[in-house]
Amino acid sequence: MKRALFILLRNPLSVLGLTLVGLVVLAAVFADYVAPFPDHKGAVVDFLNFNKAPEWPYLFGTDLVGRDIFSRILFAYRISLTLGVVVLALAVPVGVTVGLIAGYIGGRTEFVLMRITDVFLSIPPLVLAMSMMGLLEPSLTNGMMAVTVMWWPWYARLVYNLTRSEREEGYVLAAEVIGASRLHVMFREILPNCVPSILTKMTIDFGFVILIASSLSFLGLGVQPPTPDLGSMVAEGAKYLPDSWWLTVFPGLAILVVVFGFNLIGDALREILGVDQ
Amino acid sequence: MKPLLQVIDVTKTFDAGGTSVRALDGVSFSVSAGECLAVVGESGSGKSTIANIVLGIYQPTSGALLFQDKELPDVRSLALKQAIQLVQQNPLSSLNPRRSVGASIRLALDVHAIGDRAGRKARVGELLEEVGLPADYADRSPAALSGGQRQRVAIARALACQSELLVLDEPTSALDVLVQARVLKLLADIRQARRLTYIFITHDLAVVRNIADRVAVFEKGRLVEIAPTADLFANPSHPYTRRLISAVPVTSRREAELRDRLQEPLDADL
Repeated sequence: MKRALFILLRNPLSVLGLTLVGLVVLAAVFADYVAPFPDHKGAVVDFLNFNKAPEWPYLFGTDLVGRDIFSRILFAYRISLTLGVVVLALAVPVGVTVGLIAGYIGGRTEFVLMRITDVFLSIPPLVLAMSMMGLLEPSLTNGMMAVTVMWWPWYARLVYNLTRSEREEGYVLAAEVIGASRLHVMFREILPNCVPSILTKMTIDFGFVILIASSLSFLGLGVQPPTPDLGSMVAEGAKYLPDSWWLTVFPGLAILVVVFGFNLIGDALREILGVDQ
Repeated sequence: MKPLLQVIDVTKTFDAGGTSVRALDGVSFSVSAGECLAVVGESGSGKSTIANIVLGIYQPTSGALLFQDKELPDVRSLALKQAIQLVQQNPLSSLNPRRSVGASIRLALDVHAIGDRAGRKARVGELLEEVGLPADYADRSPAALSGGQRQRVAIARALACQSELLVLDEPTSALDVLVQARVLKLLADIRQARRLTYIFITHDLAVVRNIADRVAVFEKGRLVEIAPTADLFANPSHPYTRRLISAVPVTSRREAELRDRLQEPLDADL
């Protein structure tokens, strides 16, 4: 624990990552109290103050119907973080289970599971999510589903490769000779040895899940107005570039901050847990 | 003595990229209850293959194994797995780095339902003490133990199964010399106390002389000689055995003389 803290605090980039993510999480959780205009998360109009460049009290300016962009970014973070948690909470267990089974059981099971995984991995992620959304009603829930469907194969492949190398370790043989069940060997013996790599990937992925989900809503396929979302805010403002630059630049920067922050933490975690890429 | 395990004309071939390699070629021997049979040979001689076949990790290509006069099936029952246990060569890899030492030992108790649930924690402590470690080491991770201590834990895990036959796959070769001697002593003591049967695989003849009742010498997948330890060292009949023995480092003049005497007929052959 002490060593982890030392590694974390020694590297200024890790500290930066931790600060960025910490601020984002705090802002999202306490958005109701932190945001200068908490009611601007909804369908509010204030035409007296529409499309204003950043000036007090509108830190990041206002949008086309006069809502405070800073406030809306805080509420959008709340949605983005929820989405990240939900997507990873669904995708990781599925991917990990598939990878463990394919890597440990081997044979025909391995062939079938990994070819299915390959099919998913061979389709460009955004295209896959977009085609999913073409079939579904655009909404936050369906957006999360689409991202989940494209995300689990990465964990299947990661855990598959880890399992294949762990399977050769003596402790697996020992458990097998004792007579432990396959379930025990997979989930109690091999899985704990994959956890550091999985955790590291999850941290880095968190930012990318948010990025992909934002791309979806940028294309109008994700979160629907008036719910604030970083992607749709960028999309809306893009029509008014470069004059009303604050409409796009601040939500865009907001996306960058989360992705960057989680990436830095992921790198720190990799070092702490001794995961090699 | 009643044989505990009989290996009858076992052959094992591996297919590797179109060519098949014969790892064991018509090997037959038996192991009596309570004895320690050393299996020696160079790497590639088939001694690890025979260990894996006895453990049921590999199936023999042909031939049969009888355990307590009953043929060992391809798929081993839990009871048979319990009866034949393994201590591996490398204690660094044989213990799960992410589980406590106690959890590794306890697995054997849980799988074979040995003792009641509540008593298993105490049983793990007893097993640790039996191999000369403090009972409270159960909570430690393998990383916190030395090589010798880890091997003691691996032995405790094998003992936890209450098996009759232990296959020891070079259990001391990854340890330094002093630790090696202590672990060998421990293994000898345990065998006596628990009336266990050992198949002790090694390439170290000094270890063989220390612990084995009989020695089986393997060369290129064939069993070339099997004899009581004292006879084998005093009067090795097979030239390969002589070469093996003469390769042992000697420390005294008497040993050097013995080695030279063993080498003479060999040189005469050339």
